[in-house]
Amino acid sequence: MLRYVVKRVLLAAITIFLVATITFFLMRMVPGGPFIAEKSISEQAQAALNAKFGLDKPVWVQYKNYMTGALHGDFSLSLKQRGRTVSEIIASKFPISAKLGGLSVLIALAIGIPFGSIAALNRGKWLDQLIMVIATCGIAFPSFVICTVGMYLFGVRLKWLPTFGLTSPLHYILPIFSLAFYPMAYITRLMRSSMLDVLDQDYMRTARSKGLSRSRSLFKHALRNAVLPVVTYVGPMLAYTLTGSFVVEKIFVIPGLGGQFVSSIMTRDYTVIMGTTIFLATLLILMNVVVDIIYKMIDPRIQLK
Amino acid sequence: MSEKLVDIQNEKLSFFTPAGEVKALNDVSLYIRPGEVLGIVGESGSGKSVTAYSLMGLTAHPGRLTGGDIYFNGHHINKMTEKEMRRIRGNEVSIIFQDPMTSLNPVYTIGNQIREGILLHTKRSEKQANERACELLRLVGINEPEKRMKQYPHELSGGMRQRVMIAIALACEPKLLIADEPTTALDVTIQAQILELMMSLKEKLDMSIIIITHDLGVVAGMCDRIAVMYAGKVVECGTTDEIFYQPSHEYTKGLLRSIPNLYEKDHKKLVPIQGLPVDLLDLPEGCPFATRCPNCMKVCMKHMPEYTDLSDNHYSACWLLDKEKFMKKQRGALT
Amino acid sequence: MTSKSPLSFQLNTDDFLPATDEEKQNLVKMRPSVSFWKDAMSRLRRNKVAMISLAVILVVMIFSFIVPAFYPYRYEQQIKGSEYLHPMAYSEQEQARMDAGEKVFPHILGTDNLGRDYAVRVMMGSRISLLVGLVASAIVLIIGSIYGAVSGFFGGWVDTIMMRIVDIIYTIPDILLIVLLSFALKAPIAKLAARKGFGWIQVMGPNLISIFIVFALLYWVGMARIVRGQILTLKQNEYVTAAKALGASNARIIRRHLLTNCIGTLIVTTTLQIPSSIFTESFLSFLGMGVAVPLPSLGSLASDSLNGLTSYPYLLMAPALLISLIILSFNLFGDGLRDAFDPKMKS
Repeated sequence: MLRYVVKRVLLAAITIFLVATITFFLMRMVPGGPFIAEKSISEQAQAALNAKFGLDKPVWVQYKNYMTGALHGDFSLSLKQRGRTVSEIIASKFPISAKLGGLSVLIALAIGIPFGSIAALNRGKWLDQLIMVIATCGIAFPSFVICTVGMYLFGVRLKWLPTFGLTSPLHYILPIFSLAFYPMAYITRLMRSSMLDVLDQDYMRTARSKGLSRSRSLFKHALRNAVLPVVTYVGPMLAYTLTGSFVVEKIFVIPGLGGQFVSSIMTRDYTVIMGTTIFLATLLILMNVVVDIIYKMIDPRIQLK
Repeated sequence: MSEKLVDIQNEKLSFFTPAGEVKALNDVSLYIRPGEVLGIVGESGSGKSVTAYSLMGLTAHPGRLTGGDIYFNGHHINKMTEKEMRRIRGNEVSIIFQDPMTSLNPVYTIGNQIREGILLHTKRSEKQANERACELLRLVGINEPEKRMKQYPHELSGGMRQRVMIAIALACEPKLLIADEPTTALDVTIQAQILELMMSLKEKLDMSIIIITHDLGVVAGMCDRIAVMYAGKVVECGTTDEIFYQPSHEYTKGLLRSIPNLYEKDHKKLVPIQGLPVDLLDLPEGCPFATRCPNCMKVCMKHMPEYTDLSDNHYSACWLLDKEKFMKKQRGALT
Repeated sequence: MTSKSPLSFQLNTDDFLPATDEEKQNLVKMRPSVSFWKDAMSRLRRNKVAMISLAVILVVMIFSFIVPAFYPYRYEQQIKGSEYLHPMAYSEQEQARMDAGEKVFPHILGTDNLGRDYAVRVMMGSRISLLVGLVASAIVLIIGSIYGAVSGFFGGWVDTIMMRIVDIIYTIPDILLIVLLSFALKAPIAKLAARKGFGWIQVMGPNLISIFIVFALLYWVGMARIVRGQILTLKQNEYVTAAKALGASNARIIRRHLLTNCIGTLIVTTTLQIPSSIFTESFLSFLGMGVAVPLPSLGSLASDSLNGLTSYPYLLMAPALLISLIILSFNLFGDGLRDAFDPKMKS
């Protein structure tokens, strides 16, 4: 157990360090800087701003300064949103994305697991085929297609749902559905194939030979084993959806972290990009640890090492 | 003849696969008396396991009974609903499977899995079921049962797990225990222990046992009677002595020739049976063993042989037996 | 096989004569033995869904690689006065020309806000998508299979280090990096293209190249893991030991014995990599980080159409449905291939 913790922490540190470093130098490769685009600012003012944020120093020095700051938990100020720290920005945007993402993952699980199981139990019959057709479409249609077509149909054409913003519960339906669509389809497929696998296992035969009913043996013996691959998938997926989908937030004009990230790249808001990247990397690693622990809880054979 | 616990009459069973109808059982008739040990012997695909599973109503998809009747302990199995079957399974008839490694659910404790059947079929409380589970574990020779109850299958050895499987099977004191190759996946030293355990439990609990195996050597010491199956048919059935000392079907003879014998003085070579098993998708018209039979005759390839009774218990389906009768009759007709 | 009554047929002495070996042989029905390839191919051909998907892919390929060359409009050609034409509609000028007896090719899908023929732009867009999918998958295949094969074959500490690297790349949040990389790589590649001897980059477009590099850098890890797993199991086989005993070189063993034996897996994984590459490219283009204007991509076409969504929904529908169709077809075809090559291998 101690070995597991040490190994995990070490790997996490290396990964986050690598991600931070790669991101830092990648950003500097992009031509232009945070203040060039603003024509209203004179060259002197630009130089002053650059000096204020230390952008006039050599890249290596900047890198060293940033990393030392980050190690102490200081992710510095946003370059574009005057007076706000990166931590503040993430703290204000993350809950919005997390609410959407969390709800859509819940929906994906609530639909994907039962439907995948139903498909497996009806292998080859029309119900299985119907579910699989929908699920296959679900993983084939890019999210921007789902979003835009959904927005056009339900928002523009039928006028049932609002098309942007997040001001009422109705506003949540389209973005959540769009976000949930892919994971839902993926979980359905995953669940079906792992359920088929489990149904063929000898212990299912044992369960039936004890006289358990089909539904009892399914709920007690099959589901717990079959859900394992889904757990592995959901962890990282949750990290991504919680931090917001770039596409969904762009289309539905949602002030979340994903949209923030894209616009930060466009405006070269270096510190926000760095902060968001490190935040997501950390969240991703955390989720992987959570998956490991849940996995261990479901399957006693697993040793954390 | 005493009462029959199991009576299978002309059972036919097919698997309806995309490639066609796989005829797994073709006219199988068998019976077992109370307290008797019956061995079913045959190679893979001969239908031995399928016969046993159908007795429990556990035929796997896409298999279906296409004819015949199965009676067990006063129940007409093939006329029963799934719900009625559930009351019998694990209660009046139990089964242990070949591979104890995969037959236990890896995510539940041993105790949980033994308790399950007890709670289902008896009116015991959770606590009483626990006590009963401990008692069962002790019965199958597992020490420290309280500790084992809390362990998971992967923490036990293969032999230990097979003992747990036996404990699960015996939970409700069944009338019949089906053992589907119970020792194939175990070490040789453990094999003997498990077989011995089963025999002693049979005496204690007064039940019948069906042992399914492809190894005549395994069943020799413990079975009262042996049924030899080939291509979904019982080709010969008799007491253990009759099968071993007066085998009358060419396939049985072939099987016996392929067992090593320590006491044989002249060091005979083991003789394997030539050829491959028949294609169940496309059964021949005549005897399914014809093409592999060393004494095959023209008639064997055209017509299915009938059973010939050799004694009260011993019968066999082979044209060679008919040949003797026929020749006698011919001679009689001539004189 | 119902039991026949012995009286139903007449037996005579001849019937009890021993059967000859020849007679026995005639009865042994051998299923025709089929080679692995033929077997897989015939299974694939019998799979209707996969065959239809293949046909769709071929048709889309014809329309995106061949048809634009003969098409009367070019994708960047702006026709004055023909802005925002509805499908099959003509502008006033074109109407006038037609009245004058000239033949004007119809704008099958209408035109966009700059008066460009939308049908040819959609075709060019799917050309980009397919190109990205095919080339990126090829890159992934090459890097991933070599890396995985080397790692699996040598084992030991080589394997440990190589797989640790894979683990780290796996944990890096790929979407962020893809977005960043594709953005960051554009400038240096454009610079490189301006140099002598690198003119070919300009032909393909710096953005496409940068997308290829992104995929090459990030997506090979999945392939490497699969190949390594295959090699590890294949390595146990006797024929590898035999080849080693005969003095075959490592490179030869990898090439001749190991890679040829996991070719089925390679084909399936590569085919399924195509739609996922197309998926990512369209996502990048939609966010405005893909190919540069005026080159269209299905993602950027869909993105551009959002402004006029209320009045011109077909500008969205055409690229959106096409990209879905392409990815769906590749997925279904890949599934078919998987079922054909290895019925047991499931997702």
